[in-house]
Amino acid sequence: MDLTNLHPGSEVDGFRVGEKIHEGGMAALYRVEREGGEFPMLMKVPRLEFGSHPSCYVGFEVEQMILETLTGPHVPRWVTRGSLEDTPYLVMEYVEGRSLHEYAESAPLPAEEAARLVAALATAVHDLHRQEVIHLDIKPANALYRPDGRAVLVDFGLARHGHFPDLVEEEFHKPVGTSAYISPEQVMGNRDNPRSDLFALGVILYQLCTGRLPFGEPTTLGGFRRRLFLDPVPPRVWVPGLPGWMQEIILHCLEIEAGKRYATAAQVAFDLTHPNDVPLSGRAARLKRAGLPVIVRRWWRSLRTKPGMSAVPTAHLAQAPQILVAFDPGSGQEELRREILAAVRRATVADANCRIMCATVLEPDISTEQETGHELVNSLYTQRLVELHHWAAELHLPAHRLRFHVLEGTDAAATLVEYARQNHVDQIIMGARGSSALRRILGSVSARVVAEAPCTVTVVRPPRSHQ
Amino acid sequence: MKIAVLSDIHSNLEALLACLDHARRQGAEQYVFLGDLLGYGADPLACLEVIAPMVGAGAPAVRGNHEEAVLGGLCENLELVARDAIYWTRKQLRQPERDFIQGLPMVANKDNAFYVHASAASPERWTYIDNAVAAAKCMDASGTPLTFVGHVHHQSLYYTSGHGAAQIFNPVIGAAIPVSPHRRWLAIAGSVGQPRDGNTAAAYLLHDQQRESLTFFRVPYDYLSAARKIRAAGLPERLARRLETGN
Repeated sequence: MDLTNLHPGSEVDGFRVGEKIHEGGMAALYRVEREGGEFPMLMKVPRLEFGSHPSCYVGFEVEQMILETLTGPHVPRWVTRGSLEDTPYLVMEYVEGRSLHEYAESAPLPAEEAARLVAALATAVHDLHRQEVIHLDIKPANALYRPDGRAVLVDFGLARHGHFPDLVEEEFHKPVGTSAYISPEQVMGNRDNPRSDLFALGVILYQLCTGRLPFGEPTTLGGFRRRLFLDPVPPRVWVPGLPGWMQEIILHCLEIEAGKRYATAAQVAFDLTHPNDVPLSGRAARLKRAGLPVIVRRWWRSLRTKPGMSAVPTAHLAQAPQILVAFDPGSGQEELRREILAAVRRATVADANCRIMCATVLEPDISTEQETGHELVNSLYTQRLVELHHWAAELHLPAHRLRFHVLEGTDAAATLVEYARQNHVDQIIMGARGSSALRRILGSVSARVVAEAPCTVTVVRPPRSHQ
Repeated sequence: MKIAVLSDIHSNLEALLACLDHARRQGAEQYVFLGDLLGYGADPLACLEVIAPMVGAGAPAVRGNHEEAVLGGLCENLELVARDAIYWTRKQLRQPERDFIQGLPMVANKDNAFYVHASAASPERWTYIDNAVAAAKCMDASGTPLTFVGHVHHQSLYYTSGHGAAQIFNPVIGAAIPVSPHRRWLAIAGSVGQPRDGNTAAAYLLHDQQRESLTFFRVPYDYLSAARKIRAAGLPERLARRLETGN
């Protein structure tokens, strides 16, 4: 069947073709319907006629291979595909919602707005990495937002699945991607680093906050390569009022060496949703690019280094878990406190990139409308925070690997479970007993967390209670 | 339909049964034997007792160089330990087993898949596919999108790129790899009965026709018993050690 010229009303394998939504260099997109279809669908028909660019074909094949394996709210739902020989097409969910491209057109946006948009995108990227896939072409045009605010990634034509042969790499032998957004290691031909997607998130944040692209849109290999040694103009140069935390996050994502960037997209999402907890380093205040000697050194290194192999995405994530340590630091249970510390220490030794989120739950039972009530809550809040910091000091971890949170909620277990869900927590470490007050009211908090948490839960007991 | 592809069983009954059981639990409905059913191990008759009825019921099976050797000749091409095992195996076989082996074809072709022990390019020369050039020749010669071979005891997957050159991919165990019929793919199944990559577990692969995917598996089995039988049969010690070390 000839699919090069579909028109509304025609039928392909039981799908009724609707309007053409998009006609690009690589593919045409049509709305389609099917008897009993539960959600809106679109059909992607690649341009495979004679003389079309070979990347059309490989991109189509790769997208088909990868999209078929993906699930969840952050990718379009997969429906079916036609035969590659005679009727090449893909049918997937039509995601109704705005694309990030539309938002980017009104950049510069307020930092809070940019943070909200990119935090949702980072959550989608983390979900993708958890499914063994690196996108490698993240840009505003490939990010859509569902009406409920969740981000959806589209176009997997340049993506990489950790368990599949990389058809893109062997086809091109040169950097592929969108020039404004691709990472330094992609320029070097490395297509197996999940942190490449975090670099693209940094470019997008920069673009949303300043209305400029940090590396322009080069068209030559020399232009691409400049990002291997020339860091971008700090965004606060363009937007002096940009908060320090935002510049910190942007420049952390845009580190030239992948290993110096955030370890995971979950960490980016966390920092964007908790801006006040972001420890500010020299990045936050920077107003100049690196000096000439540094640039020359990087340039020299860029000529000599060959990209190394990194682990498949899930193996990479396994080394960078988010660990939530939940306990009541002021409960006076010294043995339990020490035991939890030991458990956390073991985790930090085993996974060198893990991030420890120290949290405790504060019951808002004393909050009243009165001034004194507020003050009391505030001082309790501060006291808990100070205690968490004091406890964590014994871990001897650098600031960027620690986060602290005093959560508020009447139901401690539900609060912790919800926090774990929101922040992509991989493991919860907690004491067998909550604070005695909580335990009186709720019974065992840990038992409920074990039952309801979306991740691994380790319940710590002090040695004496083993008897 | 899911097809389990088993190669280089080498008279190892424990490994064979473990793989068949594993494949059945994965939903395999058909089985293919890529040759070297015999040689090295101590259970040629028991293995053929399992395999022959399956072949009789329609499972494709091809001849390997060890079958060729068992049927006659001086086996000068084989290493000494392999030769000892062949001479021993010949003495075990009776006429029905010899007839069965004699009846095995060099290649088989079914549902757009090509099965051969060594290489589709000159199968009778027992070429080892251990580089991209040999793989490309084999894919060229088979004429089907999918070619399955054994002989080399390591699992790997070759495929053609747009430039026509062969690329190698080292499969992740247990992960289904999509194999579009638009390319040529050459899957090396690994060895059921004598793994040589330092891992004692038996190797085989599963071809899911409907999903157009291949999954490579490693199956732990009781290699201590298999090695004990080799020693008890008076076969060379080296063959028993090999199963214990996977080397």
